[in-house]
Amino acid sequence: MARGLLQLWLTMAKLTRDDVLKLAELARLDLNEAEIEQFAAELSEILQYVEQLQGVDTKGLEPTHQVTGLTNVTRADEVRDYGYKPEDLLKNVPHVKDNQIKVKRMLG
Amino acid sequence: MSQWLPIADIAAKVQAGELKAADLVERSLKTIADKQDYEAIIVTTEKRARERAAEIDKRTAKGDKVGRLAGVPFIAKDNFLAFGAETTAASNILKGFNAPYQATVIERLEAEGAICVAKANLDAFAHGSSTENSDFFTTKNPYDKTRVPGGSSGGSAAAVALEMAPFATGTDTGSSIRLPAAFCGVVGLKPTYGLVSRSGIVAMASSLDSPGPLARTVDDAALVLDVIAGRDDLDSTTIERDERSYTDLEFDLKGKKIGILKEYMDDSVDADVREHIQAAVKKLEAAGAEISTVSIPSMPLSLSVYYIVCPAEVSSNLSRYDGQRFGYSYPDAKDLDESYKKSRSIGFGEEAKRRIMIGTYVISSGYHDAYYKQAQTVRTKLVKEFEKAFSEVDFMVGPVSPTKPFKIGERAKHPLQMYLADLLMVGSNLVGIPAISVPAGLSDGLPVGLQIMASQKADRHLLAMAKRAEELLA
Repeated sequence: MARGLLQLWLTMAKLTRDDVLKLAELARLDLNEAEIEQFAAELSEILQYVEQLQGVDTKGLEPTHQVTGLTNVTRADEVRDYGYKPEDLLKNVPHVKDNQIKVKRMLG
Repeated sequence: MSQWLPIADIAAKVQAGELKAADLVERSLKTIADKQDYEAIIVTTEKRARERAAEIDKRTAKGDKVGRLAGVPFIAKDNFLAFGAETTAASNILKGFNAPYQATVIERLEAEGAICVAKANLDAFAHGSSTENSDFFTTKNPYDKTRVPGGSSGGSAAAVALEMAPFATGTDTGSSIRLPAAFCGVVGLKPTYGLVSRSGIVAMASSLDSPGPLARTVDDAALVLDVIAGRDDLDSTTIERDERSYTDLEFDLKGKKIGILKEYMDDSVDADVREHIQAAVKKLEAAGAEISTVSIPSMPLSLSVYYIVCPAEVSSNLSRYDGQRFGYSYPDAKDLDESYKKSRSIGFGEEAKRRIMIGTYVISSGYHDAYYKQAQTVRTKLVKEFEKAFSEVDFMVGPVSPTKPFKIGERAKHPLQMYLADLLMVGSNLVGIPAISVPAGLSDGLPVGLQIMASQKADRHLLAMAKRAEELLA
């Protein structure tokens, strides 16, 4: 899409009910009717606010993903004993079987 | 007169046997009980605190050296994993979660003899500026119970202001230490990104999250930073600390160049706050500082950058709450997909859902470049503008918040209005620099905070400047 067209589309961006449902599906959220209506309005308003970035000239600039300048932080590939037992680390798991996490069936 | 001595003095007296850790813990717990109507605290860790105090008193009696925070009680924001109580991040979805290990910050504080006595309230998952997004209750401002304490570390700030403990821990992703510190009249330090480990802290936005102290004085905050700062094998984004102690705050204000950030002093800031800050700057000038005006032209865009980058990272970090490994799990799901959806939909509060939805939108295919990539590129513009400004001045100053503490309920129904409270603070998170809120006195009975910023890794320098400001504004 040409940049101008994209911008035009963005400034008109208003989330529809279908958009909200699609996002909710991607995010694995079940929204009720009131939430769908509320988020459609609120997200549209927030997105309209952040659209002020669309016209900003960023020619020649790369995105910033981190600010420390650190690169390739590694350590020796060796087992370290932090003193945790598997059962300690599993104590918050809802369903455990034989020290493994048990989940519901994946296919309907 | 506070019921707490400076932290270094408390530790020295406990070490010398002149004060008992057990008595300090009881004093803390009593204050928490006496002032529970402010709802700053989610839960106390009294059993473990009493055991640790007894242990420390036993060691000092034997003449063992306990550490630089010997017997000093503190309060942890409830997004720090700590033993002795549940860690919930003030969210329903984490109710019942017992940390299997502790945050590096808590471990380091305990190694120097500090004692965690309670977990403080926050906006759930630290999403908010008022504690009204807590899934449990709203903390009240210590200066006016009808007003918010700021957020998200509102429980921590109120607890310190109410003298429940000499210091508290907080996290600052876009304002969350500085705003409540300003609203509650205490000191709040957001260190350089990476200086304090994020290990064991409930993740919000990983490229922005900066843990730090809230305390009564700059000296106290500096001592806490000195204990918690530095590389941590469990957080690969941590940086090396200064070799010099962060408590070494010798400083001469004469000739120091201080820039008033032009974009922080325009109409977006309430007139009474602006006047208050101008008066504070006059005092710095009278004490020898060279005052000028500096500009970060892209500053007005920073909130937009923040409200794309932050929700994008939030939606990613919160995907781990799936009902399978920890946290709330819907009991009657037919299959895995329903288990995910029901657990998340019932477990998450409104603001978490809102941020997940925004974040999912800005990183979804088709919109990623227009929103997320563009925001990260404007972030680069901010980095360059801050670098340029700090080549001209030693520090930048301005208000912390564009308004004084607002009324409970005033903004809760309007998310964008709530987001605007962070306008003057998110810039430092996006570029990773340290910033501090120092009390600048009261305006009509409500606290105003002076925000001071320094360049990346200049945390000691920033604290030294803040200490001088604290003296001048007292």
